[in-house]
Amino acid sequence: MARLELNAVGKSFGPVRCAEDLSLAVEPGEIVAVFGPSGSGKTVLLRMIAGMFEPDEGDILVGGQSIVGAPPERRGIGMAFQNFALFPHMSAQDNIASGLRARAAAGEVAARVKSISRLLKIEHVLGHMPRELSNGQKQRTALARALIGNPEVLLLDDPLRNVDAKLRYEMRLELPSLLRRSSAAVLYVTQDYREAMAIADRIAVLIGGRLVQVARPEEIYARPASVAVARLFGDPSINLAEVEPVAGQGSLNAEVAGTPVRLDAADRQVADHGPCWLGVRPDDLLISRQAGENAIPARVVAITPMHEKAVLLLRFSDGSEWLAALPQNSAMASAEDGVFVRFAPEAALLFDRATGLRVGLPHRRQAA
Amino acid sequence: MDHSSLAGRIFRGVALALVLAFFMFPIVWIFLMSFQTNEQILRIPPHILFEPTLANYQALISGQLRTAAGNLEISFMRNLINSFALSSAAVFLALLLGVPAAYAFARFKFRLGETIAFTLLSFRFAPPLLVLLPLSLYYQQLGLNDTYFGIVWVYQLIALPLILWIVRGYFEDISPDIEHAYRLAGHTWREAFTRIAVPLAGPGIAAAGLLSFIFCWNNFVFALILASADKQPVTVGALAFVTASGIQYGQIAAAIVLSVTPTLLLALYAQRYLVEGLSLGAVKG
Repeated sequence: MARLELNAVGKSFGPVRCAEDLSLAVEPGEIVAVFGPSGSGKTVLLRMIAGMFEPDEGDILVGGQSIVGAPPERRGIGMAFQNFALFPHMSAQDNIASGLRARAAAGEVAARVKSISRLLKIEHVLGHMPRELSNGQKQRTALARALIGNPEVLLLDDPLRNVDAKLRYEMRLELPSLLRRSSAAVLYVTQDYREAMAIADRIAVLIGGRLVQVARPEEIYARPASVAVARLFGDPSINLAEVEPVAGQGSLNAEVAGTPVRLDAADRQVADHGPCWLGVRPDDLLISRQAGENAIPARVVAITPMHEKAVLLLRFSDGSEWLAALPQNSAMASAEDGVFVRFAPEAALLFDRATGLRVGLPHRRQAA
Repeated sequence: MDHSSLAGRIFRGVALALVLAFFMFPIVWIFLMSFQTNEQILRIPPHILFEPTLANYQALISGQLRTAAGNLEISFMRNLINSFALSSAAVFLALLLGVPAAYAFARFKFRLGETIAFTLLSFRFAPPLLVLLPLSLYYQQLGLNDTYFGIVWVYQLIALPLILWIVRGYFEDISPDIEHAYRLAGHTWREAFTRIAVPLAGPGIAAAGLLSFIFCWNNFVFALILASADKQPVTVGALAFVTASGIQYGQIAAAIVLSVTPTLLLALYAQRYLVEGLSLGAVKG
């Protein structure tokens, strides 16, 4: 099987820069999720690889061979589209069979369609026309069509966007093992960070046409490269406060809402870094009624029970608001309560306020 | 829309019947006329009940028009065949040229693309008489005057813009992703066009073809100027019914019935494709 490689790929549409210096390698059998907000150039990236348009700069290689300029039918790529893109005038069976680029004998085509549709659990609807299929079945048909030709590169453009929540969970569980069977290099575009974390071996975060961070899911969650990345991962999203870290006796201190707070300092040389964003995930906040060191007084403004956890909206004395996520059964606070908020120093992330990049880089683990 | 009240249903029925009677009356009247003699038709007041005669059809099919002034040769059947051949050939040619052109206009942006498309459409704005004089002069020089090919060619002015613009809209409605998916599955551009785009735009192509067939069939001026008697379609041939001894209403009615029948049948046959086309667009696939 072949490895997919992007080398400094760039693309503009008129004055709009959709891709800038994109470099990424996907090994055979590896699933890389391309994650980013809408309009960040994810689909453009996939379409350049698929050959719907060509990059302005850079090169795209499959198995060491450049595919730039080759027509889509000769690139050895399978693709599943967000809107399914099934052929409305063909049955599910014919839709899937159309993906067999090697003009195999009729008997073999039927056998392969049968085996792939058994894998995807759509055997019973093979005779149906696309308009008779549910969204989930359409999606599975589209996946089967993309997989049947054993492509070297598999592109999945937000395939679970248009299916309902239950099915999305099911597919999140099934997809990784399904994709690994094919041993293709998989690029999986999604707008849902949970999906990216559930399915991918690595996540490539694309913002404004640039790859901001490419790393393992847990690495990106724990050590986001920039404040923008930190904001994209996590629900509720990360709390941010403007701070000016000051070096104290063997530690790093900052003021959050008027309260001095100690930040982990072991290997963080950021004392004279200037204005920063302090980021703390809602899950890392501890709420108590006792005042004490590093405890920021706050008032509970609202509580949203979210099944397994409760989300508290907190307001500090300076008017800024943070969110805390607590296990539901420990939600001792009620609205209007005065509470104290703490967080472990190592849970604090610092980002340069001008560039948005994370500073200090403590506990850096090398990404795989 | 469920008009469950009895009064509402009755009103609807009456209104429908009135509209139907209003629109169908001329056709029914002509149909009845075609089975009457000139004398029966011109009776005042007109009678609903009469003794039907097949003389009109007989005269048309045998080509012998009997008038008070004697027998007259008419070539109605030949005209009918001409109409059929000319219109079919014109529509066939227009489809052959127009469908790929419509695809190009729908899928690709190219220099002067919109200008060319609009120029083609503008052929429909120009009054035919405006282009006829220069056209007939050119045709004389080219030796195209009074040829089937010449008429089929000039019919492109009618059929091509219609097909181009209607089919273009249908192509634009097909998600390009569907074609991309087909190409990624290992098929060439040409295969994606013939196996995906054309079948999916099929209802639109059928509708455009039908419409331009009717327009060609109904054309009068081009054929009047550019064709002689043996190549004229029914629209021009019908002039023969205005004879020295009066207008042959019975034969005219029979001629109308005969010449309307093919287009009517075609329209009825194509109707289900048109409906299918509408529902295909409504359900996203």
